[in-house]
Amino acid sequence: MLDRVSVSHDDKVAATDQPLLIADGLSKRYGRIDACRGVSFELYPGEVLAIVGESGSGKSTLLQMLSAQLAPSAGRVSYRMRDGVLRDLAALGEAERRLLLRTDWGFVHQDPAQGLRMAVSAGANVGERLMAIGWNHYGRIRDTASDWLQRVEIDTSRIDDAPRTYSGGMRQRLQIARNLVTGPRLVFMDEPTGGLDVSVQARLLDLVRSLVTELGLAAIVVTHDLAVARLLSHRILVMKSGRVIETGLTDQVLDDPREPYTQLLVSSILPA
Amino acid sequence: MIEASYNFAYLDEQTKRMIRRAILKAIAIPGYQVPFASREMPMPYGWGTGGVQVTASILGPDDTLKVIDQGSDDTTNAISIRKFFAKTAGVATTTSTPAASVIQTRHRIPETTLHEGQVLVYQVPIPEPLRFLEPRETETRRMHALAEYGLMHVKLYEDIAKFGHIATSYAYPVKVAGRYVMDPSPTPKFDNPKMNDCAALQLFGAGREKRIYAIPPYTQVVSLDFEDHPFTRYRQNAPCALCGAEDSYLDEIVTDDRGGRMFVCSDTDYCEGRRAQGHTGTESAPMEAADA
Repeated sequence: MLDRVSVSHDDKVAATDQPLLIADGLSKRYGRIDACRGVSFELYPGEVLAIVGESGSGKSTLLQMLSAQLAPSAGRVSYRMRDGVLRDLAALGEAERRLLLRTDWGFVHQDPAQGLRMAVSAGANVGERLMAIGWNHYGRIRDTASDWLQRVEIDTSRIDDAPRTYSGGMRQRLQIARNLVTGPRLVFMDEPTGGLDVSVQARLLDLVRSLVTELGLAAIVVTHDLAVARLLSHRILVMKSGRVIETGLTDQVLDDPREPYTQLLVSSILPA
Repeated sequence: MIEASYNFAYLDEQTKRMIRRAILKAIAIPGYQVPFASREMPMPYGWGTGGVQVTASILGPDDTLKVIDQGSDDTTNAISIRKFFAKTAGVATTTSTPAASVIQTRHRIPETTLHEGQVLVYQVPIPEPLRFLEPRETETRRMHALAEYGLMHVKLYEDIAKFGHIATSYAYPVKVAGRYVMDPSPTPKFDNPKMNDCAALQLFGAGREKRIYAIPPYTQVVSLDFEDHPFTRYRQNAPCALCGAEDSYLDEIVTDDRGGRMFVCSDTDYCEGRRAQGHTGTESAPMEAADA
């Protein structure tokens, strides 16, 4: 089970015509509150999907259900494993689910402190996933970690510093490196640019966009920032009060919104 | 002679049954931390309340007890616990490792190889090896259940990144019988290899944390490491100043305020045994003079 996971990406290209993840009628109730109602969509390999909407529209609840961290009240999520078999996430054992989370998936939190170990060095933060899947050679772990720090534009001389000495933008980039080191096929991002200033945001978005293209990653990005959605995503899902009210290609939805709420959302961007 | 007011070995029979059940479970699942209803003992936490409860539960009237504290038979903690059982259980006590059937220890494994039928009882302050890496107990239990031990290597990685070698010198994590990662209590890592394939039964009691775990005789115990940074024992580079031993774990003793020091065996019984056989070191006095 804990075999070293292959870091090659050749196997993904073959199956791009089949969906990687299928959400089917996902609903979540918190007591009397419907946080999420009947959300269905399919995500294909290499595709970036943005989920936009205002605070309280159910974006984060949906993301947690998709990433198997929260059990839906109704509906289900299926994921195509590396062997090509589509599996219902609710039917996976805990061990399988956790293995999936730290090998084939990545999760980038809005607050890097949630996704990083703030007290251990950057190198160990990146290396943790490798050690968790059985890597047992210090030199190789360190080389891989330093390679990944370079790819996310962190100076490798900072490899032994703890992330609490890092700036906000560096922490976020380190979190991305930590997630991508095992060569995941799907990355969840929860407001990845939240709390960063504009120039740092731009650099991070640029980095994420090039990594996603380069590695052929599929990603689900939750954001309230339409600019992030426009830059990163191929498709967009607009949520309001727990429902998906509009969906389509990103430029189509943003340039020609159909629903009144989406029109309002698009028109509320301040002109640059 | 047991004082009339005490039950044998202080604890009541029901409590001993409860602890024995926990011990049996611990032996059945080597390295797994079994929760137990730890009792208040007439000594403060940190003085070995876990070890004392385990010893009290396994002790019989025919047993011979030895207690060591950092390898020594004659420090306060060792003497107190030895007297405690002499008073409440009336068992024979000894300082000789081969003569003892039960040895309670605080942070050392005797130098003399243990034999079949002996039980080594460790006093454990913090049983959870993942504690300082993952503070949530719910999470560490899940990690043990799923054998997710990548985090343990993060600690060793940090050591090498900071110091260039694995600088953890005590409480060095081990994997027991290929399954559970275990904290061998704060024994120096010099003692880790002695746990592997040991003929004696090893029991670990943590009183404050309410956990018991065990290594059955002849069980594989492997110290965690990296392929390119293998586990190494650490020993001060000197012979014992009293008995000249080159193979024992040494204590450093400061002898004056001008930087003078000497290294002596931490295991007092082993050192005395060697001196009785005529071995001498640089600082040793003749045995006759010491006896006088």
